[in-house]
Amino acid sequence: MTTHAPPQVAIEVSGVEKTFRIPTQRVDSLKERLTTFSQPGYRELHALRDLTFEVERGEFFGIVGRNGSGKSTLLKILASIYAADAGRVRMAGRLAPFIELGVGFNNELTARENVELNGVMMGLTRRDARSRLDAVLEFAELEEFVDLKLKNYSSGMLVRLAFSMMIQSDAEILLIDEVLAVGDASFQQKCADVFHEIRDSPRTVVFVTHDMSAVEQYCHRAMLLHDGGIRAFGPADEVARSYLRLNFEQAPGEGDADMGGMADITLLDVWLENGQGERITNVEKGSELRFGASFEAHRHVDGPSFGFAFDNADGVEVTGFGVSLAEGAPDAVEPGQRIRLGGEIENRLEPGRYVTKCWVHREHNIVNLVLHSPHVLDFVVYGKEGAGVVSLDHEIDATVEAGASADDGAGVEGQR
Amino acid sequence: MSAEPANLELREVPGPSALGGGRHRFFELLWLMSVTEFKRTFFGTVLGYVWSLMRPLLLFAVLLVVFTRIIKIGGSTPHYEVLLLFNIVLFGLFQEGTGGAVASVVGQEGIVRKTQFPRLVIPLSVVLTALFTLGLNMIIVFVFMIAFGVTPMWTWLLFPVILLPFLVLTCALAMLLSALNVRFRDVAIIWIVIATALNYATPIIYPLSILENDPTLRHLLMANPLTPIFQQAHIWMIGSAETESVWAAAGGPLPLIVAAAIYVGVCVAGVWVFNREAPRIAEQL
Repeated sequence: MTTHAPPQVAIEVSGVEKTFRIPTQRVDSLKERLTTFSQPGYRELHALRDLTFEVERGEFFGIVGRNGSGKSTLLKILASIYAADAGRVRMAGRLAPFIELGVGFNNELTARENVELNGVMMGLTRRDARSRLDAVLEFAELEEFVDLKLKNYSSGMLVRLAFSMMIQSDAEILLIDEVLAVGDASFQQKCADVFHEIRDSPRTVVFVTHDMSAVEQYCHRAMLLHDGGIRAFGPADEVARSYLRLNFEQAPGEGDADMGGMADITLLDVWLENGQGERITNVEKGSELRFGASFEAHRHVDGPSFGFAFDNADGVEVTGFGVSLAEGAPDAVEPGQRIRLGGEIENRLEPGRYVTKCWVHREHNIVNLVLHSPHVLDFVVYGKEGAGVVSLDHEIDATVEAGASADDGAGVEGQR
Repeated sequence: MSAEPANLELREVPGPSALGGGRHRFFELLWLMSVTEFKRTFFGTVLGYVWSLMRPLLLFAVLLVVFTRIIKIGGSTPHYEVLLLFNIVLFGLFQEGTGGAVASVVGQEGIVRKTQFPRLVIPLSVVLTALFTLGLNMIIVFVFMIAFGVTPMWTWLLFPVILLPFLVLTCALAMLLSALNVRFRDVAIIWIVIATALNYATPIIYPLSILENDPTLRHLLMANPLTPIFQQAHIWMIGSAETESVWAAAGGPLPLIVAAAIYVGVCVAGVWVFNREAPRIAEQL
């Protein structure tokens, strides 16, 4: 796309603010309201503070930030789900008003009916929506299941249908929140192709994610939100680096412990690798998973131990591990020394998104916290979903018992 | 993704609202939501239509036995049986419409919180679905009317005239209740009680003529906006020469003025409250 005209603005956000009033005492019934005399108190949460930025037409624009930084609130204001308290948002063109895939699907209806309903929600006319049915199903590879009710679809099929629906809606502006995390490897590849295609088309995309490699791969520009304000804005790779720095840096009071300034040991980098030693952010269920991290010591620390743990999307700590320095060398680190962790992790994780926490102790005692970062790495496990949060190997056979065989041909109820 | 579209103008994003996203989209969504819900209840299951007719018909059968054999409430009212069935079916619109709408916005949380959706579609589609059901049930009512020997009257054609204000009232209450229920979750529970009270405060299972000797109570009932509607419907659909006119039953303008005031009040409150709450609904869920 080589246009010499000045870039057109697709989204203009100026001075947008959003404050949530969190009641200190929740009153959610009429009875309570009528029987309580005191006015309930509020605590104000500033989700967005005087936010101003522009997204150009045709741009693939990333929004990154930690949980609670205001990303979702911003997205919901862009999508007209929340009303901004101050400021204004202007857009050029039609918006696909979905911030999550599969919203508005009705499980009791067939794919055919859902495509129509969803299309209308996106602002197509009914006739338009129906005429797109074939294209949607073809992309989703679900032609045979057009008259199957969605309740009988697998989660992977649902995601394919939803993604395909969004792509075919031909809205000029798309809001996409963490969708690459879904589907099997081949569908992910297909999505990636579409993203590349959209990247070079006049369509504008606002893409919210935790996945920095995706930001660098697709986004022209990006924005890092922190505490409701813009922390970094500009080329995608720079913003991605700011995000990683933000995550590794020791903010006092942010973790469980107040470190008070620079920690004695800091985390420089943490990553996952596949069996070939390539860094990855998504891993297939059950495939080889290698883990790496590097730390730097700033002061003398005796008996350091390094711990990592994985939380799943529900906030449940699924597993964790702690390691100490290898035996044979002195069990201490000196200022300037770097420590590298590496090795394989048995991959028993069920599909989903995981958040990695990191901490360091001195003298092998959990009381002596040197470093604690609640969120250093995100990754996604994809594949077919099983039950629970981990999949364990099992060697369980099912056999027909010899003694109780059906000699008389009447089986269990053979006695007369 | 072919040719670049013409230059697009920047337009202010309106934020969430009751109608949000254009009139065309609003009506298409309203229609689709109602039709799919209607289809689901009536044609989704094997017994479909028969199944959903069972409820009013069974209720009708029970009430018929109770009120014609045990408590002779019908008195000398001609065609009491048919009147009873007609009233039950008509009140069904109100009961289903408001009762279903109360929890509708809370129930559609996913849609409200995750997409820009005209909020008003949600309660109104519940009422529209109830209207479709009424349409189907009216077929049965007419079959019974003919079967029980009600003489066809030209005033049957006036049914829509009585249905319209009734429908408007149902919509207004649906809006009011669904918006309030987001803030106060016990509205749904309170409404069950009020709806039951209204069921008895409206001449549904009894004809108004039963209160011949109690003018005070009769005038009081006339102040319920549903009563004049049901009484007029009675006159136009199954009425005979003896059926008391709305005016006579009210015994003066005062009860009717009160009824009209309540009616207008509810309508205004419904629109006002829903409009005020609509932009904030997503945050409060």
